[in-house]
Amino acid sequence: MKPPPFEYVAPASLEEAVAALGEHGDEAKALAGGQSLVPLLAFRLAAPSVLVDLNGVAGLDHLGADGDRLVIGALARQRAVERLPGLGRRCPMLAEAVAQVGHVAIRNRGTVGGSLAHADPAAEWPALALALDGECQVVGPRGTRTVPVEDLLVSYFTTTLEPDELITELRLTLPGGRVGSTFVELARRHGDFAIVGVGALLGLTSDGSVALARLTLIGVGERAVRARRAETLLEGERPSDELLDEAAAAVDEAISPTSDLHGSAGYRRQVARVLTRRALATARARAEGKEEGPDGQA
Amino acid sequence: MARREIELRVNGRSLRGSAEPRTTLADFLRDELGLTGTHLGCEHGVCGACTILLDGRSVRSCLLFALQAQGSELRTVEGLADPDGPLHPIQEAFSEHHGLQCGFCTPGFLMSVCELLADDPDPGEQEIRAYLSGNLCRCTGYQNIVAAVQAAAGKLREAGAGGPGGSRVAPRGTGGPGG
Repeated sequence: MKPPPFEYVAPASLEEAVAALGEHGDEAKALAGGQSLVPLLAFRLAAPSVLVDLNGVAGLDHLGADGDRLVIGALARQRAVERLPGLGRRCPMLAEAVAQVGHVAIRNRGTVGGSLAHADPAAEWPALALALDGECQVVGPRGTRTVPVEDLLVSYFTTTLEPDELITELRLTLPGGRVGSTFVELARRHGDFAIVGVGALLGLTSDGSVALARLTLIGVGERAVRARRAETLLEGERPSDELLDEAAAAVDEAISPTSDLHGSAGYRRQVARVLTRRALATARARAEGKEEGPDGQA
Repeated sequence: MARREIELRVNGRSLRGSAEPRTTLADFLRDELGLTGTHLGCEHGVCGACTILLDGRSVRSCLLFALQAQGSELRTVEGLADPDGPLHPIQEAFSEHHGLQCGFCTPGFLMSVCELLADDPDPGEQEIRAYLSGNLCRCTGYQNIVAAVQAAAGKLREAGAGGPGGSRVAPRGTGGPGG
């Protein structure tokens, strides 16, 4: 339960960080909040020879709205996002998801960029990014590129990032207008990894039909997924109870859960459908102004 | 790997020591600085026993390396009460309400409660349970811990903690007014 030996490098700038990662290649690991990497080291599941600590890199923890976009520096702590004033009203899905990331002490250290790069299939950030058209800015020795999070995620703990590349920023688009959203999870205890988690967002036209639907799921396969056929079923239609039933059932084909000690694949399929149905009902109620987000003073 | 020098402030005192890069902050506090009040349970960020305050925010000291705390301001359970003085109100409340039995998890709970009561001097039961969900206790069943936190919040409010940030919540030596 003690980490294996490693060299420790603490660059002060992004250029130095990228250079250090480039110099050591596969042998190096970037250390952000450390809430996933340090346990892996303690278990000796990871044994990099060099840790490049990003915590001293200036200018990576910015956080703020830019029009309908929310721009989150890779080193912004989960807790900083959670404490953004008005987040629960602006985007209940985000506020509810972040509050379910680990525990306060973990959110005080854990970073948004670290969660994306770690790509745990039960983590909330990949699903939030999928639902909110998230794109990452990625910096490496070959320059800067923009990667939609859909193209970042590959499989269990695997992304399309090269070993010498770093996520520097996540940009989310927060839809406006008659929009309602939520993020619900089933976990054994508050703060545990989700057995299944569902993010739902519905945008309504003035006559009450669905203009925009987003459904994302975690814990149900090798990576966070969008349930695109379920979204298509909803869009352009009136969100009746029957339609929400149908959309929740359609989530089944988007997921590929496996069995583990927390639940069988069949159980996860059942939970995915039930949570999706509940999430859609909440998103609808919020879009229709019948229910407020978590910060709302009802 | 070569040891490196570390300077930091713990409970208002400037301290220095050295550590290998792989030494966790928790081990550094215990083995190098002799501050064994911070307990280590799981050593992989699950149990919360090693919770301390880093620049005022709760962190798991087993998930930080000592080198990362260079120049930081730490608070540990040793900073709550003077060695010869009365217990801190939060400690008093835990004692009075049987918020501990074996005591192993208690330092982590106390430090998490410090942060909670600094954030919210009058938390509801749900908020207390959410804040403390990252601290595991195998003895008490948590009922008494929740009662202790509510009592501690009352003690601190009565003692006039209502100033900006609830100054009495902070452990001694914070450097604030009267700290």
